[in-house]
Amino acid sequence: MIEFLQQLINGLGQGSIYALIALGYTMVYGVLRFINFAHGDVYMLGAFAGLYVAPWTLRLFGGGPSFAGAAAVLLLAMAVCAAAGVAIEWLCYRPLRHRPRLNVLITAIGVSLFLENAGQSVFGADPKSFPEIIADRALDLPASWGPFAMLTITVGQLLVVGVTLVLLVGLRHVVRRTRLGLAMRALAFNPGAASLMGVNNGVVIAFTFGLGSALAGAAGILTSIQQSSIDPLMGVNAGLKAFVAAVLGGIGSLPGAALGGVLIGLLEALVVGYISPTYRDPIVFAVLIVILLVKPTGLLGGTEREKV
Amino acid sequence: MPPLPRLLAAALLLAAPAAPAQDTIKVGEFAALTGGIASFGQSSHKGTLLAIDELNAAGGVLGKKLALLTEDDQSLAGQPATIVRKLISQDHVVAILGEVASSKSLEAAPICQENHIPMISPASTNPKVTETGDYIFRVCFIDPFQGTVMAKFAASRGWKKVAVLTDVKQDYSMGLAQFFKAGVVQGGGEIVKEQSYSSGDKDFKPQLTSLKAAQPEAIFVPGYYAEVALIAKQARLLGIKAPLLGGDGWMGDSLLKVAGTALDGCYFSCHFSADDKAPAVQGFLASYRAKYGAEPDDMAALGYDSAMILAAAIKRAGTTDSAALRDALAATKDHPGVTGRITLDDKRNATKPAVILGVGQGGFHFVESVAP
Repeated sequence: MIEFLQQLINGLGQGSIYALIALGYTMVYGVLRFINFAHGDVYMLGAFAGLYVAPWTLRLFGGGPSFAGAAAVLLLAMAVCAAAGVAIEWLCYRPLRHRPRLNVLITAIGVSLFLENAGQSVFGADPKSFPEIIADRALDLPASWGPFAMLTITVGQLLVVGVTLVLLVGLRHVVRRTRLGLAMRALAFNPGAASLMGVNNGVVIAFTFGLGSALAGAAGILTSIQQSSIDPLMGVNAGLKAFVAAVLGGIGSLPGAALGGVLIGLLEALVVGYISPTYRDPIVFAVLIVILLVKPTGLLGGTEREKV
Repeated sequence: MPPLPRLLAAALLLAAPAAPAQDTIKVGEFAALTGGIASFGQSSHKGTLLAIDELNAAGGVLGKKLALLTEDDQSLAGQPATIVRKLISQDHVVAILGEVASSKSLEAAPICQENHIPMISPASTNPKVTETGDYIFRVCFIDPFQGTVMAKFAASRGWKKVAVLTDVKQDYSMGLAQFFKAGVVQGGGEIVKEQSYSSGDKDFKPQLTSLKAAQPEAIFVPGYYAEVALIAKQARLLGIKAPLLGGDGWMGDSLLKVAGTALDGCYFSCHFSADDKAPAVQGFLASYRAKYGAEPDDMAALGYDSAMILAAAIKRAGTTDSAALRDALAATKDHPGVTGRITLDDKRNATKPAVILGVGQGGFHFVESVAP
């Protein structure tokens, strides 16, 4: 029982990462109806942005690991990724806006391969050790929890889940309560009509890419805190898993992406713990196939409105 | 032989004399200079290069200088085959040195065998490597020995209930685990849980949680240093206090950089110890420090031995003709190597002792030496 609960905690930590990345897929799909396959590599850029700014912010905040320093690294990496996301949209996707959707999809695959290979030549192909920006240790659970005190919850896991929750609430606020959020929803509903009502589609699309990429950047830092080793190809697998999570939750749906991410994380932990690690990836991708066959709109996705 | 390869072979024979005058002996090397196990590749390459430089400084072999042609396989599967083909067909090397990882050597070995070019692996310990054919040699001991040594070591420390965590992508890891498990059961111990991972994984908490539930007294992790460091860190985070045991794959300079103190009190088997007072070892240490300003590790020592054994065989053969060179290599006996006195047995494997090192205080210390 304790082992099972522990696996759920492990899965929740990993699932939160997938959730953050999945949000970017689903947001871009919402406004542009295409899958930005370079999104997983933006997550990798976030981790490397953290690697380069960490020594600098650590010095600024007194040398050792601290919450303030970690927060600064997180925000800087999010800013770098937002800028990267906007730049990718501007340079690669915007010129193809009125071309067939397949063109931009294939361009996204190209951007992804470019980032992976450029990453290997710029950062080096070997794994880098991520600096300790926050001391990751197991929390001392109170003895009054009885048998549950035997569970291990680490600072990193708590931080991942906490930061993910905060970002989710913030994102919900942006989408529901701000003018830009309103414009995003209008654009997702009908780009032509939104444009006629005075929505500047170009700005809203750039904003959507920036926001989604910032979340991927946060995921990059949160992963690095837990696993302390990063490499230029780390976005490949994580990106694919998050894509499965977005489809599972219902692509285009924000709560769906979050739910899908957590479910995929839990599924992975349970498969590794109780079946075999070799079946982890096959089972996750089998979920993609089953969802597409049985309920293509995903768990929380609305009915697809086919445009005429 | 079907007609086309025969024609090609004839064409090659005709082309060979047209190559530029042979004032050097070309030796090919393939190593993982970048990528996931770059630490191994860099070390073995530095050791090999040191040996070649020393040989050339002493006048070379058979009156000719040795030229080392090194290619990087980027730690990627599929690369060794391409590289070794290039070294043999374009560069016309007389022998191939490489690689550390068994999976990589297993890719290259059939090509060397097919072309009758002797290949010496410095550090691939999986038995299958030299079983490929009679042109494939190694200067290290093999997995059955290494796995058995660690099983005996666990028994001698009184650790009866052991768990195993294997890297399913590495032939090396699977081999070590297999012989370790057999050794533990033979010694009256018990394997309480088995788990696995794949090279490149970063999150091991699910596997470790499952191992923790079985309450092992020690955990055998016969993986490579990059993953082992993360495994150790996450194991301690999850409150696993059992010592980790491993093989020579642990020896990488980033092991302790990433793991910090998480590996204190753990043990692994490897090929040599800098505490050894043998003149071959001390001479090697001095010249390695002088050339690179750093401490050599196992892989450097094995790389050095592989090049020295090749040079000695070329001298004894008196020629670089591949069949004569092969026979001379096979006859290697009592070579005073850095990693012990090396004799190649009839299966072209080195028989020599293993060293068990302990981890602590930010470094490694000699624990014991186990003879075959």
